[in-house]
Amino acid sequence: MNNKGITYSILLTVLILFLIAANLFFGSVDIPADAVIRSLWGEEVEKASWSFIVWEARVPQAITALLCGAALAGSGLMLQTTFNNPLAGPSILGINSGANLGVALVMLAGGGTIATGGITLSGFLSIVLGAFIGSMVVMGLILFFSTLIKSNIMLLITGIMIGYITSSAISLLNFFATAEGVHSYMIWGMGNFGGVSLEQLPYFAIFTALGLLLAILLIKPLNALLLGARYAENLGVNIKRTRNLLLISTGILTAITTAFCGPVSFIGLAVPHIARLMLGTSNHNSLLPVTLLSGSVVALLCNLICILPGESGIIPLNAVTPVLGAPVIIYVIINQRRIQYFN
Amino acid sequence: MKKKVVISANDLRIGYRTGKQEKIVHEHLNFQLLAGELTCLLGANGTGKSTLLRTLSASQPSLGGELQIAGKNLNEYSEKERSRTIGVVLTDKTFTGGLTVYELIGLGRQPHTGFFGRLNKEDKRVIEEAMENVGIANKARSYTAELSDGERQKAMIAKALVQECPLILLDEPTAFLDVVSRIEIMHLLHRLATEQQKAILLSTHDIEQALVLSDKLWLLSKEHGLQCGITEDIILNHQMENLFPHRDIRFDYEHGVYYPTVHGEKEISVESQDKTLLHWTMNALNRNGFECKQIKNEKVLHLIATSPHELHLTMNGKETCHDSFENLLQELIK
Repeated sequence: MNNKGITYSILLTVLILFLIAANLFFGSVDIPADAVIRSLWGEEVEKASWSFIVWEARVPQAITALLCGAALAGSGLMLQTTFNNPLAGPSILGINSGANLGVALVMLAGGGTIATGGITLSGFLSIVLGAFIGSMVVMGLILFFSTLIKSNIMLLITGIMIGYITSSAISLLNFFATAEGVHSYMIWGMGNFGGVSLEQLPYFAIFTALGLLLAILLIKPLNALLLGARYAENLGVNIKRTRNLLLISTGILTAITTAFCGPVSFIGLAVPHIARLMLGTSNHNSLLPVTLLSGSVVALLCNLICILPGESGIIPLNAVTPVLGAPVIIYVIINQRRIQYFN
Repeated sequence: MKKKVVISANDLRIGYRTGKQEKIVHEHLNFQLLAGELTCLLGANGTGKSTLLRTLSASQPSLGGELQIAGKNLNEYSEKERSRTIGVVLTDKTFTGGLTVYELIGLGRQPHTGFFGRLNKEDKRVIEEAMENVGIANKARSYTAELSDGERQKAMIAKALVQECPLILLDEPTAFLDVVSRIEIMHLLHRLATEQQKAILLSTHDIEQALVLSDKLWLLSKEHGLQCGITEDIILNHQMENLFPHRDIRFDYEHGVYYPTVHGEKEISVESQDKTLLHWTMNALNRNGFECKQIKNEKVLHLIATSPHELHLTMNGKETCHDSFENLLQELIK
């Protein structure tokens, strides 16, 4: 990592700590700061519900946002490099709608609902597995199409089409589902970092860490892929194996986040651009760590914005992320002649 | 001193395999590529230059026969070994605009670096040496997006150099470059071949430069397969004519360029003491549909070029003098 990368990493880490604290202290229910601190230390507080809220809602939510942000941003970066396409991302390529479909199928087959299913380990695993298979199938399809379609834009459109098909499959599933199921599906579809309970959190963290670790191990071939597949191959990169590992890593990361937080949009697409613009490099040695940290920052920030209305409710996550993400993409597109990494 | 053989092919068959079907592009190919030599691969579009290069760089398998690189069968190489043996410069689009030139060339060290691709002292020394060698050291900290086409090509050559391979293959490295850059790149490659004892093979359409700087020529055509030899042997054995077996194209052995064949309906005899003047006089006449004869013949037109401003034309027994080609051609075409 170069000096700039280290500086930004430290800065972002400090920012993350600050945002985690903010996420613990603020929520839709007003809890005095000292009560939050005492709850965290495991001490008695005036109201039992406060301790419950801190431990069962705010702590898991903050950690989930931290991990989700990193996971989505990381998979976005990997997709952009794999397809040599700055506009690739898990939501644009239809990969998280593949995960949606997997989850919806598991839900219907299991008879449960997405929102309540999976408190047990087996329930958790079946949902993750469904999401994983769903996202891998779409990812595989996109990879297959990428061998046929050379134009980046056409490939993106193909991804969007696949997204539509999976969406209509999900609508069809909803048609046969119970009213209760449809409602919980709709809630889930709005995105929410509160989908992981304290009991599920360790599993969620392990899977996410696994995907992120795999991403970090792929830094060297990712850099080679900037030269295109044939150059990378000449530099000793096993293209097939690397693509498969990238597929598995993005598959795990997209699946796990989508299964529990819903189809969170724009973080995967926009954050890698924010990181590149900040660092001024597409060298993954510093770009990947900074992207992961920036993803966490953005996700924690979005989670804070969601609770702004206070007692009256929570803004859906997917109403916030596009407001932050879309302007970044528009900026990047307008300035693409000036931005180095496009040329 | 006997030069080391870097590539040797025996009865090689190249082409594409889809399922059980084979589409053979060339077969019975026999050739050698030696260390310390710059070799140019010439051929018309669609004759299989790229297929040959791809086969040599192991981007696609050969269909049969034997292909040895540095004394070992190409398909016995591991990925890592291969990446240290064959360096390539391709025409593929890259996405490295956001890397500095130094970082881009550093990617060429990947066959030698560890798991995370960290550059150690030796790597840095090799990179700096390569940048000096290709003359791009002053751009080390620039983004590759800011380079001109010629500079970018130099950076890619440096990338191939730091791989420290005995063999470098280049696919049309001078395409899209202006004359100055083309000559620069060809000179650079020739110097690298000689100084670093590398075997360098490049495909090109730039015949002019190839004839000047190439130690060996490989001519590839559908009709004659692959013909290899020292550049001058190839030329003086009249093999250049085989390259484009097209009746409207002929090779000018004196000037080393291809010309369209003249189908002159009119004849003219030309004489001049000045070789350059004679050449360009004939050029002007050929273009305007005159077939030039060097022997004087009273029956046809006759032109004596004394200087570019003194052109004596004898037409129907009447002599006129013209002070420019503009005036001369006006008179002739009238």
